[in-house]
Amino acid sequence: MAPILFHWGAEDKLAFYDRIADAPVDDVYLGEVICSKRAPFFEKHYDEVAEALTKAGKQVVFATLAEVMLKRERHMIAGFCALEDFPLEINDSAALWHLKDKPYRVGPLMNVYNEDTMAYLAARGAVHFSLPPELPRDSVAILAAKAKELGASIEVQVFGRLSLALSARCYHARAHGRIKDNCQFVCEQDPDGMPLNTLDNQEFLSVNGIQTLSHSYLNLIGELQDLQDMGVTHFRLSPHTVDMVAVAEIFRAVLDGVTNAQDGRAQLDALDIPAPFVNGFWHGQAGHRMIGA
Amino acid sequence: MHLINIKVHMLQQPTVARMQHTESKPAIAGFLQRRPRWAPPAPLFLLQPVLRRIVQKIAENNPDMFGRLGPHYRAVFVIDPVNLPFVMLLRPDPDDLMLVARRRSEISEHDARISGKFLDLLMLVDGDLDGDALFFSRNLTITGNTEAVVCLRNALDDIDDSIAEEVADMFGRPGRAALMALRRMNEKRETQ
Amino acid sequence: MIRPELVCPAGTPSAMRTAVDAGADAVYCGFQNATNARNFPGLNFTVPELERAVAHAHAGGTKVLLALNTFPPAGKVDLWKEAADTGARLGVDAFIVADIGVADYIARTHPDIRLHLSVQAAASTPESIQYYCREFNVKRVVLPRILTVPEIKLMADEIPCEIETFIFGNHGLMVEGRCSLTNYITGLSTNMDGVCSPAAQVEYIKDDEGNLSTRLGEYTIDCFSCNESAGYPTICKGRYLTPAHDGPYYAFEEPISLNLSTLLPDLMKAGVTALKIEGRQRSKAYVKSVVSAYRKAVDSIMAGQDPQISDLLALTEGQKETQGAFKSKTWR
Repeated sequence: MAPILFHWGAEDKLAFYDRIADAPVDDVYLGEVICSKRAPFFEKHYDEVAEALTKAGKQVVFATLAEVMLKRERHMIAGFCALEDFPLEINDSAALWHLKDKPYRVGPLMNVYNEDTMAYLAARGAVHFSLPPELPRDSVAILAAKAKELGASIEVQVFGRLSLALSARCYHARAHGRIKDNCQFVCEQDPDGMPLNTLDNQEFLSVNGIQTLSHSYLNLIGELQDLQDMGVTHFRLSPHTVDMVAVAEIFRAVLDGVTNAQDGRAQLDALDIPAPFVNGFWHGQAGHRMIGA
Repeated sequence: MHLINIKVHMLQQPTVARMQHTESKPAIAGFLQRRPRWAPPAPLFLLQPVLRRIVQKIAENNPDMFGRLGPHYRAVFVIDPVNLPFVMLLRPDPDDLMLVARRRSEISEHDARISGKFLDLLMLVDGDLDGDALFFSRNLTITGNTEAVVCLRNALDDIDDSIAEEVADMFGRPGRAALMALRRMNEKRETQ
Repeated sequence: MIRPELVCPAGTPSAMRTAVDAGADAVYCGFQNATNARNFPGLNFTVPELERAVAHAHAGGTKVLLALNTFPPAGKVDLWKEAADTGARLGVDAFIVADIGVADYIARTHPDIRLHLSVQAAASTPESIQYYCREFNVKRVVLPRILTVPEIKLMADEIPCEIETFIFGNHGLMVEGRCSLTNYITGLSTNMDGVCSPAAQVEYIKDDEGNLSTRLGEYTIDCFSCNESAGYPTICKGRYLTPAHDGPYYAFEEPISLNLSTLLPDLMKAGVTALKIEGRQRSKAYVKSVVSAYRKAVDSIMAGQDPQISDLLALTEGQKETQGAFKSKTWR
């Protein structure tokens, strides 16, 4: 279960992790990845949530900021990198400076596109690679084989909106006529992101602070077998307000061979997510396409 | 179709000298200045052999430019000087070059259309104006195959020498005088 | 004050000659393939073209920086390595890189050639930059266009390498190297293919009233009424609708170009050692105007005079210019 990308209230997050403790997932990522201003709202709950999840048999991983600019953010990264109790997923190269030869996970917002980069990082502490979602199948296959050779695990996002871009500017604040320093946390109004439609009202993108995501939801349930066959070890579900326990159960059942992909797909359809499913990137095509539905 | 037209018109063999003879002012500049009174326009067949010579000369002097066109060397471009009564059709295929004039009502099938004021287009071809800037200011419109247009622009932009001067030189002193007159017109317009 | 290097774009050999003649201290360019972030149709250099261009530039005392600043996808890394080997053979003065694997290859194989860290690497902190310096002996970092001048000054004090900043040109809104918007729509990746809004999938549709719609793939990204100035057909410069905003608006940024001419003295005092002009996709007319203007400005600042900056507004996107993030944090 990937980190929550959106700005959910502390109560909502607590309720979410309370349920996830019983969901059939192995790893749970905590931590604010998008905006350092949001971090203080939940920091005081990390200990109890991490403890509860660990007790429930989950591997807790702390994910770090995707964009580091300010002093406060640099301190956050340095603090996380000193963390001893939990593994870390890094999403910005600033963390690499602190993590010399210390084991860490590489997040999907880091640019690991090829086997050379993977080998370089693996030789210096990286033990797990979560790949950028735009990588096509053929490249993932090569990286999966390389990861196996290096003794690293490999993760691919299989569900949720696709992260498409990061910026220094907060587009949530901008939509409300504000700036980042004076945002009043308007992003809290959109727990799955703020819709951005084209001028002819075609659904297009979704804004989450400095992050731009797809309107559509990635869904690789039909490709799970292929992913498993090529040696992908971890399957990333990106949290949304839809019943994520149900989503986890559906993916788990297909991974375990209890449900076939077609039925799994039908069950996901039945969740009535108000956006189309896509898998174009996996097939080397435009990300907004759905191939072989 | 266009080739047939060229051949037909070639038979008429109107010479450049004749064009100049009918104009007391340098040919192209006079042509522009008279525009408001143009009804009906001069017969386009007078232009065809001139255009043909122009495009052949440019191709001859700049053989390297075709590489930049990639797969689009067979594309047909409509060059549309919006303030002139005709457009030009260009196919930058080194083995099958075409530059012909057409009335707007007679434009045949094409891949892309580039529209702008004649002087802007001339300065653009000549590397004196930036195409993106012209586009940003809405003085240049592109329709059809955008990639083909980008390739053509990049191919022309990689020509070091002034295309306008190459063409002007083809027509000797009157040609160079015409180009000077055109450039003056452009400078005058820019300072207005 | 160090005399900063003026780093100028060259999309074609002719543009490179223009930049050299206009007073560029260095020009940057790329090959005609995915190894650089301006892999646009009809643009860039063949190997023989680059060979001649390097000779011409060096004869004029101008350095040539080769952009190898995309991220090779697994299975295609050799293309980047070959490009690096070719660049080394042709005598380029530095490589501009973003990918860790590519940086490592060059640091090991061509240790005598300078490595510059591309803006595509999105290194925005002293820690990140120090990492690249420590690991790959990077000599210069091209900073993302997201820091204020005082932040750049602080940065300069903390890092062991030179700083290059953009001073003019396209003002990309997304952090470079971290944007797959184009790929989402077109199937071609900015990071892997060096493509941003590929022309082959851009379509301009003019209606009877003169309004111009811009379409990228299957999506309308903007529509300009006839008296509005236009911008690049990129997703980040488009207009969209959202319930929180009344009517269509530029959700990311309006069509506008960066122009830091009035901040030049501050940048130079802040310790910036190279000033970069964006625009390999632009014409040589653009290169000539912008490079000449900045050459004059830098020279007059170095001579202790007030910089004379010519008006470059006509060359800007949307006919508007901004100082972007450099002036104030309110931009964010």
